[in-house]
Amino acid sequence: MVADYAAAILSAGSTTLLVAVLSLLVATFLGLTAAFAKLSASSGLRAVAGIYTFVVRGIPDLVIMLLVFYSLPALLNQWIEMLGWDFRVEFSPTAAGIATLGVIFGAYMTETFKTALQNIPRGQIEAAIAYGLTRRRMFTHIILPQLVRLALPGFTNNWLVLAKSTALVSLIGLQDVMFRAKGAAEATAMPFTFYLIAAGFYLAVTLVSMLLLFLVARRFDVGTRKVLS
Amino acid sequence: MNWDVIAENLPLYLEGAKLTLILAFASLGISFFLAIPLAFLRNSENAAFRYTVMAYTLVFRGTPLLVQLFLIYFGLAQFGLVRESVLWPWLSSPMVCVIAAFVLNTTAYSTEIFAGGLRHIPVGEIEAARAYGMSGLVQARRILIPAMLTRSLPLYGNEMIMMLHATSLASTVTLLEVTGVARNITLNYYIQFEPYVTAAAIYLVLTFALVSAFQLVQRRWAGYLESRIG
Repeated sequence: MVADYAAAILSAGSTTLLVAVLSLLVATFLGLTAAFAKLSASSGLRAVAGIYTFVVRGIPDLVIMLLVFYSLPALLNQWIEMLGWDFRVEFSPTAAGIATLGVIFGAYMTETFKTALQNIPRGQIEAAIAYGLTRRRMFTHIILPQLVRLALPGFTNNWLVLAKSTALVSLIGLQDVMFRAKGAAEATAMPFTFYLIAAGFYLAVTLVSMLLLFLVARRFDVGTRKVLS
Repeated sequence: MNWDVIAENLPLYLEGAKLTLILAFASLGISFFLAIPLAFLRNSENAAFRYTVMAYTLVFRGTPLLVQLFLIYFGLAQFGLVRESVLWPWLSSPMVCVIAAFVLNTTAYSTEIFAGGLRHIPVGEIEAARAYGMSGLVQARRILIPAMLTRSLPLYGNEMIMMLHATSLASTVTLLEVTGVARNITLNYYIQFEPYVTAAAIYLVLTFALVSAFQLVQRRWAGYLESRIG
């Protein structure tokens, strides 16, 4: 019986990982966009990006999730009612979860990417301009490879926090590892066993991610000079 | 819009904010005194101490706080020995479980932050302390701990904000802090928008106050570490 429930919990691992990876994609996209906005010459863009990171980093993840899942549809439905239209908006827990985690970690990624961009030596950009590279080639050949290397430690860290934060999505009803663990705990009166299995799953994700990203970091560090001690 | 409901229930939010702050500062306060010795053990020459502390921080930083909280609040009841022990009235109280989970969690993060600060103290400062003939304890009290704490300030500030936000999880085990109050109001009045927006605004204000206070502290105690150029 324990084995059956354990299998059910771990099989939900694919849902947890899917939500985590899709949120990471959203977060990376938002983070890159907002990082360029923060460094742009336009004060309007800088202000919008500044408000975004300030507000998101000032509110707990759980509250943002409840805002997206409950408050946002409620607001939209009020507007729809006022306009006299005949339908109601409702979000699926998966979509709301991915959107929320994407928006939250987009704000953390913004800071990571912004610092990385600022640490690319200015002379390299000037050299690229002097060589007559187009903006796009400058981005793909000069900025991006260094951005990956410089942003990787922060990116790794954000991913590790994000993978754990997916557990919150169970609270709005997504059937992830945590949700199944809760179900098993309530059905069997063996809560410790099943929450421990869930904890083991998250720990395994953390350890595997740390190993993989260590290997990636080593690859991208090829060609940088090391201080010999 | 139903903002009058929020206005009516403002005292509840104030109570909630009080509980949020109590949870955050009680957990941070207890964990501060646990993390300092653990940070020394984390850098100890004795491999057994070093690896034990490392395993602790790895496990508690590698699993979600929500799982840790549920393991303690729901999980412990699985064991008859715990249920029949004299500690059960304590261990079945949500308040005790929440603070235990928060302390275990934030101590793991704080230990790593402080241990990192300890590793970055210039060797010269420690050699100077030895040259003055300070004993190990005096060195720790006068040189190592203050230097470790000032160097850890920026990261520790982040951890304090993380802890403030983590208190929202206490609402999942029936505690009525800010998020719990908002949840109750949505259930009692069938409104979904205003209660959570109000909660979010309260957290924003608390975060902003904490960040501002921290910048003052940082300038007062860690100002000497900033570069004096310019």
